[in-house]
Amino acid sequence: MPSVLAQAWAIAAKDLLLEFRSRTAFLSALVFTALVLAIFNFARDPTAVSAADLAPSVLWITFAFAGVLTLSRAFGLEKENRAMDGLLLSPASRTAIYVGKTAANLVFVGAIEAIALPLFALFFDVDLLPVLPPLVLVIALATIGFVSIGTLMSSMAVNTRYGELLLLVLVLPFLVTPVSAAAAMTAKILALRPSVEWAPWLRLLAAYDITFVVLCTLVFEYTLEE
Amino acid sequence: MTAPASFDRSLRRSAVWIGISLALIAAVYVRALAFTPEEVTQGLAQKIFYIHAPSAWVAFLAYGIVGLCSLLYLVFKDPRLDLLAASSAEVGVVFLTVVLITGPIWGKVVWGAWWTWDARLTLTLFLWFVVLGYLVLRGAVEEPGRRARYSAVLGILGAVLVPFIHVSVYLFRTLHPMPVVLRPGRPELPGAMLVTTLLAFVVFTIFFFSLLARRYAWARAVDARAQQEAERADAS
Amino acid sequence: MEVAGLAKRFGHVRALRGVDFALGSGESLAVFGPNGAGKTTLLRVLAGLLKPDGGAVRFGGRPLVSAESAHRRRVGLISHHSLLYDGLTAAENLVFYARLYGLADPRGAAAGALAAVGLGDRAGDRVATFSRGMVQRLAIARALLHGPDVLLLDEPFSGLDQHAAAALRELLGRLRAERRTMVLVTHNLDEGLELASHVAIQVAGRFVSLGPRDGDLAAYRARYAEATAPRA
Repeated sequence: MPSVLAQAWAIAAKDLLLEFRSRTAFLSALVFTALVLAIFNFARDPTAVSAADLAPSVLWITFAFAGVLTLSRAFGLEKENRAMDGLLLSPASRTAIYVGKTAANLVFVGAIEAIALPLFALFFDVDLLPVLPPLVLVIALATIGFVSIGTLMSSMAVNTRYGELLLLVLVLPFLVTPVSAAAAMTAKILALRPSVEWAPWLRLLAAYDITFVVLCTLVFEYTLEE
Repeated sequence: MTAPASFDRSLRRSAVWIGISLALIAAVYVRALAFTPEEVTQGLAQKIFYIHAPSAWVAFLAYGIVGLCSLLYLVFKDPRLDLLAASSAEVGVVFLTVVLITGPIWGKVVWGAWWTWDARLTLTLFLWFVVLGYLVLRGAVEEPGRRARYSAVLGILGAVLVPFIHVSVYLFRTLHPMPVVLRPGRPELPGAMLVTTLLAFVVFTIFFFSLLARRYAWARAVDARAQQEAERADAS
Repeated sequence: MEVAGLAKRFGHVRALRGVDFALGSGESLAVFGPNGAGKTTLLRVLAGLLKPDGGAVRFGGRPLVSAESAHRRRVGLISHHSLLYDGLTAAENLVFYARLYGLADPRGAAAGALAAVGLGDRAGDRVATFSRGMVQRLAIARALLHGPDVLLLDEPFSGLDQHAAAALRELLGRLRAERRTMVLVTHNLDEGLELASHVAIQVAGRFVSLGPRDGDLAAYRARYAEATAPRA
């Protein structure tokens, strides 16, 4: 009897293999991210706002949109040939399906962020190396937050009309907490402020992650056909 | 084809209640304008408070009902819970809109700006987005069982989201240097104003439940008609 | 396999309204019916993809469809949708499903299943490059991978050319010889009548006739026409 984790791993590995084969979604998400970073730099008055002041907001708007836009892919690829039926027919538990899909999305969005981050440092002239560990922690926590919500929502949105647009409408209100927390912490971290100054945000974000990861795992089965 | 008589009755009854509560609101407003002293610093603008605050209370009450019914729906799978949640969301969005309109009117006079990212107003704005998303989702799913499950999931997640947004907005305000605005603390209400405020809360709550009852009765009637039509299609 | 009083509704539309039948091990049931009769719904309920609103499916005295994954191992579904990933190779598709079913040797199982449907030499090719007939054979390999006792077939012949349909019929004949229980739904009487030991005609969510196969194609055509004729 395979464990939930083994089933989840099989699903995540399959999703990533499919993505690796075509690379369309990944490349377009990456180009999208680079474009947004570049365009933001010109969407400001350089005499009034310095790039460094704008940097945290730009980073998080970019990550959040790139992340949410790519999430519909996870269940979208199960629509082809009704592969979702195959998953539901198999002994894989509903939890394994959710965890596997979320894990694949985390790797996917994480890879985009890993490539976009040096680009961000380059465009906005930010020295990331000294602040990398706390910054990575913040990015990881915020990403877990919006990917877990977004994966759940995409399981519903994929079965509706205007699925991708609807996904944005459903997910964006849920981004308030992770994005505001991450942007605030990024600003403090880049300004080399002591960690006590951003600890309240960290606690909020951790609480958000725990709450919604657990909740989404619990309600996921209701987004499936029955 | 008409809805069954019982729905006609509940529709009529709710109409009576809506009439009564509108009359009560008018009465409370006459009291507010004519028989309640003006607030010293805010002047006449403060009168909008008798609409704004009870609407906010009712809007959050409405969303509380959406969240509760959503949770109960997933447990009991009773379609009536889904209809009640949907009705509450629709009525709630009206009151949320009232809050979002009256808030800036009051803010323009008292704070000097139409919109400030005041914690409670911001929370209301995002709740408004969540409820709109809820209603849009309902419109995007055809099959009633699936629509009920999807909206219940969103209803629960939204209810859990509200406190997180509240804390986020709070931290955002306190941890950022914000321009200082004239910000009266919780107003110490003199007796007459307190009574008027309490009356406003009571009549708005009655108004909300009468609207909810009417919307729910209507939803049940539509549902019953769909059932009749399905049965008639069966028979032919 | 026993099915009793199976009912399913979508909103106010009653897709199934009391379907009953019993099948012994190795018997096969062909369900014929026009579009919208609820045939696919019946099969999806039998597969455990839909929860019935009423009634029960039992297999060997135990409920076939339940949350327990042990029961899901006993069912295989072949539909006109392949349930396969076009971007993966034939072998990768099967290895993935073998992992989900927790088979001891996913690669070995996949290779064996591919050989059984005559696709051994195409194991490393992507499904996107396959013909419709090859996709259908791979879909059958997928459904049989875990050795299910009950095989459910949803319009398996749709979209196949004559050659591929003949190959599929031959394959299904072999499975029948292995004494697997089969339920096949289709709107086309030409397909699969000879595969069935029992025949049912489903109209508007219930069986209007059910029994052992006791006539030839012409006889069933007449019965079908009568059952599905619009009532005055």
